[in-house]
Amino acid sequence: MNSARTLSLLIIALLIFCFGVAANLQPQFQSYENSRHQSDNFFSLLLGDSSRIFANSAFVEADAYYHSGYYPTIFDNTSAFETPHIAEDTGDVASRNQGEETSFMGPTRDWIDAFGRNFIPNRHTHLDTGGPADDLSKSHAVEEILPWLKLSAELDPEDVRTYVVTAFWLTRLKQVGAAEQVLRDGLRNNPDNAQLLFELGRIYFEDYHNTAQARNIWEAALRSWARQEPGVSQSERLAMTIANFDSRFMFEQLQTSLAQLEEKAGNLDAAIARWEQATLASPEPDSVQKHIDALKQKGAGHLQ
Amino acid sequence: MRTVFALAGVVIKELYRRKDFYVLFILTIVICVVMASVNIYNDTEIIRYIKALCLLLIWISSLVIAITTTARQIPAEREQRTLLPLLAKPLTRTQLIFGKFLGCWLACGLVLVCFYAFFGVLAASREHAWPLLNYFQAAFLHWMVLGVVIAMTLLGSLVFAAPSSNATICFVLVTMILCVGRYLDEVALKMHEPLRSLVYVLYFAIPHLEWAFGMRNLIVHDWPMIGWNFVGLATLYLLAYAAIFLAAACLVFRRKAVN
Repeated sequence: MNSARTLSLLIIALLIFCFGVAANLQPQFQSYENSRHQSDNFFSLLLGDSSRIFANSAFVEADAYYHSGYYPTIFDNTSAFETPHIAEDTGDVASRNQGEETSFMGPTRDWIDAFGRNFIPNRHTHLDTGGPADDLSKSHAVEEILPWLKLSAELDPEDVRTYVVTAFWLTRLKQVGAAEQVLRDGLRNNPDNAQLLFELGRIYFEDYHNTAQARNIWEAALRSWARQEPGVSQSERLAMTIANFDSRFMFEQLQTSLAQLEEKAGNLDAAIARWEQATLASPEPDSVQKHIDALKQKGAGHLQ
Repeated sequence: MRTVFALAGVVIKELYRRKDFYVLFILTIVICVVMASVNIYNDTEIIRYIKALCLLLIWISSLVIAITTTARQIPAEREQRTLLPLLAKPLTRTQLIFGKFLGCWLACGLVLVCFYAFFGVLAASREHAWPLLNYFQAAFLHWMVLGVVIAMTLLGSLVFAAPSSNATICFVLVTMILCVGRYLDEVALKMHEPLRSLVYVLYFAIPHLEWAFGMRNLIVHDWPMIGWNFVGLATLYLLAYAAIFLAAACLVFRRKAVN
């Protein structure tokens, strides 16, 4: 009898203890959950931060598809493929490629290697230039890289490069609406990113021919560029150093694009001001200066 | 020869009574159809990633069927005590090995016909083209590779104690050949003696199954057909290896106690 009473008291005590611990831990757990990055992305939930490793693999796979399977493995010489060609061809990414891209396999090593090369893609081609068939009418086959780019963006939503490259190729495929959507998705995941804003402005300028909207977006991109490194002056950020390469490149692209926009809109003074800003970051300031002089002469001619 | 074919017929019947093929085939179809239903920027002509996935699944499924079917042939006969009555009939041990090999190989051929037919339909649904000769080359060399794998597994079933260990070892070996077989000579160059010579010998000794496996890329990316002379030479090469493994299996089986 006594033991039954003790047992029931023990159970009640344990229940009270469990309730107390749960009541204590619940708020802490809730605040911890809220502090974590919440994601509705399937891959992020499944793989966590390791999804970023797979994101790069998916991006490289897109490049392999761009070459119709003619792509180096870890055993081959990869120096000509350090920067994926799908990114290099956009013109928005600095290339680190060296060497000959057409012969990464090198000379044949033996008869097995020589014979085996007949059973794998063995010629350097790009899908947008016709692929293995060398048929330009099939250049739309470049769309085959899109699934891998989409996967890469889903695996690592913070990789700006993927959005830029995807938008570039979608624009080339005349899917401007989809390209805009990709960039907006990128901006949702990377708010206030200067490069994504620049690309979005480019779509408004080149494809939608909406000068006012493009100007607004590019000016927003410039403000975003200025906010990237608070406390560092513009002259410091534009100093000729390797570390500043991306920063200079972005600034020059934005100022040049705004200058071209103002020229097209007939605002010569604003265009000259933008070109003068572009000289600060341009790798060829002399040629930009010549263009400024020509614009000034043109402006003077108009006044006379 | 009639006895060999009769034995092969039994193996084929066994394959379609078992559920391995049906499960793998339906799984391949389901995975491919689900992947094909993914919306990629509203573009309905994108197909290569599905083709690549489908061919990879076909390779995995065919290797699973080939190895598991072959690995249990002789051990099952021994376990069910049907080996002795079989050999008591006018059937030599060599004929038994050839019958088992032929049965597994033909069964795998039938499996490949189903898989590649599905692949062709899947690809044509978006590409609107039938490069049948390209598919034939790929399927034919795939079948030749399976011939080597089946002969190797048959030899393994006489050497290793259990079908599971034989199947595992065969899977590991085949996977390694398919993944790194082509690069063993490059790996050897970066090694010191005597390991270098050993890896070199291995490179020249192993059957280079990766040639047919590499053809997936040609099919996926719509490369032109390869020369028939290369297909012919590769066929002879692979048949020679299948013959070597079969001969070795016959030699081992001749000296093996069957009870």
